[in-house]
Amino acid sequence: MSAKEYRTVSSAQGGLLTVSQVPGIAFGDRVEVRDSQGRKRNGQVIRSSSIEVLIQVFEGTDHLDLESTWVRFLDTPLEISLSPEILGRVFDGLGEPKDGRPPVVSRLHRGINANAFNPAARTYPKEFIQTGISTIDGLNSLVRGQKLPIFSASGLPHNRLAAQIVRQAKLPDEESHFSIVFAAMGVSYSDARFFQEEFASSGVLGNVVMFINMADDPPVERLTLPRMALTAAEYLAFDLDRHVLVVMTDMTHYAEALREVATAKGDVPARKGYPGYLYSDLTEIYERSGRIKDRHGSITLVPVLSMPSDDITHPIPDLTGYITEGQIVLSRELHNQGVYPPVHISPSLSRLMKDGIGKDFTREDHPHVSNQLYALYARALETRNLASIIGADELSARDQRYLEFADAFEKRFVAQGEDEDRSIVETLNLAWELLSLLPTTALTRVTETEMAKYHRHAGSELQQPEQKEPLA
Amino acid sequence: MTKKGIIKDINGPIVTIILPGVANGEQVKIGELGLYGEVISLQGSEALVQIYESTEMVRPGEPVEGLSHPLSVELGPGLMGGIFDGVQRPLEKMFLQAGDQIPRGLSPDSLDRESQWTFTPTESLEPNTQVSGGIQLGSVQETESVLHRILVPPDVSGELIEIAPQGDYSLDQTIAQVKTANGEIRRLKLFHRWPVRQPRPYQHRDHSSEPLITGQRILDTFFPLLKGGKGAVPGPFGAGKTMVQHQVARWSNADIVIYVGCGERGNELVDVLDSFPDLKDPYTGRSLMERTLLVANTSNMPVVAREASIYVGITIAEYYRDQGHDVVMLADSTSRWAEALREVSGRLGQMPVEEGYPAYLASRLSAFYERAGRVETHDCGKGSVSLIGAVSPPGGDFSEPVTSHTKEIIQTFWALSKELADARHYPAIDWVDSFSADVSTAAAWWHEQVDRNWEKRRGQALSMLARDAELSRIVNLVGPEALSSAQRWILEGAALIKEGVLQQSALDPVDTFSSPEKQFLLLDTLLTIYDQGADLIELGVPVQELSNLPILAKLRRCKEVYDSDQLDQLRAFREQAIKSFESIRSEYAQRGEQTS
Ligand SMILES: Nc1ncnc2c1ncn2[C@@H]1O[C@H](COP(=O)(O)OP(=O)(O)OP(=O)(O)O)[C@@H](O)[C@H]1O
Ligand SMILES: [Mg+2]
Repeated sequence: MSAKEYRTVSSAQGGLLTVSQVPGIAFGDRVEVRDSQGRKRNGQVIRSSSIEVLIQVFEGTDHLDLESTWVRFLDTPLEISLSPEILGRVFDGLGEPKDGRPPVVSRLHRGINANAFNPAARTYPKEFIQTGISTIDGLNSLVRGQKLPIFSASGLPHNRLAAQIVRQAKLPDEESHFSIVFAAMGVSYSDARFFQEEFASSGVLGNVVMFINMADDPPVERLTLPRMALTAAEYLAFDLDRHVLVVMTDMTHYAEALREVATAKGDVPARKGYPGYLYSDLTEIYERSGRIKDRHGSITLVPVLSMPSDDITHPIPDLTGYITEGQIVLSRELHNQGVYPPVHISPSLSRLMKDGIGKDFTREDHPHVSNQLYALYARALETRNLASIIGADELSARDQRYLEFADAFEKRFVAQGEDEDRSIVETLNLAWELLSLLPTTALTRVTETEMAKYHRHAGSELQQPEQKEPLA
Repeated sequence: MTKKGIIKDINGPIVTIILPGVANGEQVKIGELGLYGEVISLQGSEALVQIYESTEMVRPGEPVEGLSHPLSVELGPGLMGGIFDGVQRPLEKMFLQAGDQIPRGLSPDSLDRESQWTFTPTESLEPNTQVSGGIQLGSVQETESVLHRILVPPDVSGELIEIAPQGDYSLDQTIAQVKTANGEIRRLKLFHRWPVRQPRPYQHRDHSSEPLITGQRILDTFFPLLKGGKGAVPGPFGAGKTMVQHQVARWSNADIVIYVGCGERGNELVDVLDSFPDLKDPYTGRSLMERTLLVANTSNMPVVAREASIYVGITIAEYYRDQGHDVVMLADSTSRWAEALREVSGRLGQMPVEEGYPAYLASRLSAFYERAGRVETHDCGKGSVSLIGAVSPPGGDFSEPVTSHTKEIIQTFWALSKELADARHYPAIDWVDSFSADVSTAAAWWHEQVDRNWEKRRGQALSMLARDAELSRIVNLVGPEALSSAQRWILEGAALIKEGVLQQSALDPVDTFSSPEKQFLLLDTLLTIYDQGADLIELGVPVQELSNLPILAKLRRCKEVYDSDQLDQLRAFREQAIKSFESIRSEYAQRGEQTS
């Protein structure tokens, strides 16, 4: 196909170029822009009419002049070239190698803006993934094909948590078979290095594809990068039958790049300057996770985002929560108390947990135990609040036990080592140890049968605590 | 004669075409791929078109064709049990034809043309009589639970010159011929088309008189919605809007359920598709899927089709209403629809008024909700469409435009609260912010069908919850010691109501559905126990002694122990609970005698 080349740029402003007298250019076409010195920039057609064409230039329009800028229309949408060789490689937001090695040569190219999955083609995600982290496995279980983000904030250990998930995630009865797609947008060198070293030290590098856009790389490439990454993930999952875990960080930088571009285009802002279509745009990314009928592979998505000023109602976490299938929320308060991982369970949620746990999946008591811990912790936090007003000594004996429970819950259940890989059975047993701090009459979410089986003092309220069972 | 033209400008989903003679609202097919779209404004020979599919790689200069009709749906047998996209394309069929992803430019018939349906003509209908829109020509048993009445389309009237005898027909076959006033012969089939943006006509509106029973205690007992009513479920993310809607879709006593996933998750529709076929309708005993239809515009599908999806849903709902059915339509989420409106209006450069929304947001919303209601149909008695929209306010802030406009339109408001959801109090419907304008109408039904004390008991429970909120505030300031025993018992009573009645797990096989009788029995039992306890406290029984009673824990759990057809056992348990409180009373009376 002969690409068309023009020198009819009529305006260059805020990252946008207008080119006149270019008939029949496709909307979304890829563009190569050459400046007076012959240096190349990349772009994409964002509006096309028979009179003029509007181009978004990824590297910006600084230092472009109208006379000597050449524009070449490549007659192809943004694509990525795919082969099994992408594993172990590092790419930028346009799919070009970033590891100094030659490009991936393949006849298979795919447009990065996939058509939507037909809901009739999906199957409901149900297979429990054990991450070895109690607050996730026990209370906010992740299943294969789910999109479950980590809501964090600056200075919190989201990277370490994401890395721990990547290291430990497996089906309980299988060895880890996840291929990893790692997408980093606007990250610092140290964050990027952290992940690269993580992957190297856990020996999974050969099973990872990385897409990296650094904080000083063009922001517009942050918009194409996750789409590149997901196209690669779809290839691994649905062409090569692999179970893929996609980690994306930091979606806040992504959204900020979108706002920057939207503002330049003059789009009407909705909240905090973000364009009204931020929701639709984010869904194009998140809805690419899932399970598909008759396909062996799957795409599980763990995006990381930082909540600006720790505010969960900020449009970025807010819209994300409306799209994803739950969220794991990190808390500064727990972090400051030295709890790792500082998962704040109250606002955390996994919506797909209900079908992936319980009898035949994890253990029959799991749904009720999870529910019970939630209810008790909510009550215990209220009590703690009350204690801070009237003093702990003023509390009733019953309330004192709630306080004890809250402390034990945070120190023993939420907190765990960065290398501690708890099995789901360990997590549930630990949960019962904590539930046993309270009398059976306080436990209305678990059944009487479950209590008889697992509660340490079932049958007798007065019974002394037995010696603790060693964890399996 | 088709109108032909060309594309002039592509701006995402908004495309300018040059097509003389095209009408506003007309469907057009654009580009080499043949993407479908709808004309939204005209200027000279140019028209602005919103396209239902992605316009990537479409070029100026490509051809355009006008289709001479507005966006319409096919209405006839074969709808039930199906899943369609936002412009009524059949998704199952497209999956078989085209695979995992929805390709562009594909548009198979919405209804299957191969299937045969057994048509039984209306006995009393003779040729040579006058017929008009809505007259029943006959019927088809669409599924075991749905009798599909075949109606004269609303825009046809004249002399019936022929009607087919009982037999099997496919959708393309003529089942009746009508000669209109101007002599034209209209061949009627088992299906017809109707433009989605035009409400279907009926004889007259009728007032709603019966509550829609959803089997959800906080909805039916506390904030009832009438058949033909309008309701909204607002709430922040994760609070349970979709769950509420799924529960209503599962357990309500409607004849037909239309579930519109409007800009929401693909997996939530899969959940319905996977679970409904195996669930039994508690009223008919048949599979729920037999009376359910899904419209799926998932969030990642093009936004213009999202805007259309709720009209597709409501038109199908009206069509079944016209057959005399009680229809429930659920729209999850109307906020995504409003956002689609906002996006298109932004692309058109229209002046935004609040948070980027166009000035016509409020009027579009109310016009949409106005299509709900109970009506006298032309020939099939009364029918109704109850409409329940989820609202997803940014940041959970109910003062934002979509929530606040919706609140002015609807009669029933099921407000979800983040605090309740965080504490895993489900359904997280806040009893303070929620309301129903139809309690007294519902009360008449409950008093007649279930118990004369319904309204009284409901009022008692609500006032206890209000007292609980007040007292909890005091506790949080000065501690529980400040409360009297009677006041502390109120806290216990409210906790009983919250756990034993208001909380209802959608995931528990027993508790997921509660018949009206069970709802009332539970409420009445807990309040009776509360009253008994209050008496005991007056006699001087310490609160501690009562609140530690194991029977209280059992009372909180009995909703999950006895299902709706084990009410005798529930009654027996109630007697046992009452007795155990009575025995405390006599114990105390004795002790009192001894000490005196
Ligand atoms: N009645 C209920 N019983 C049990 N669990 C519930 C109930 N209601 C809500 N939940 C829990 O809350 C989760 C979130 O509910 P749901 O998906 O309905 O939220 P939503 O308000 O629709 O959120 P979004 O706006 O993000 O779509 C569910 O996955 C489920 O775990
Ligand atoms: Mg929802």
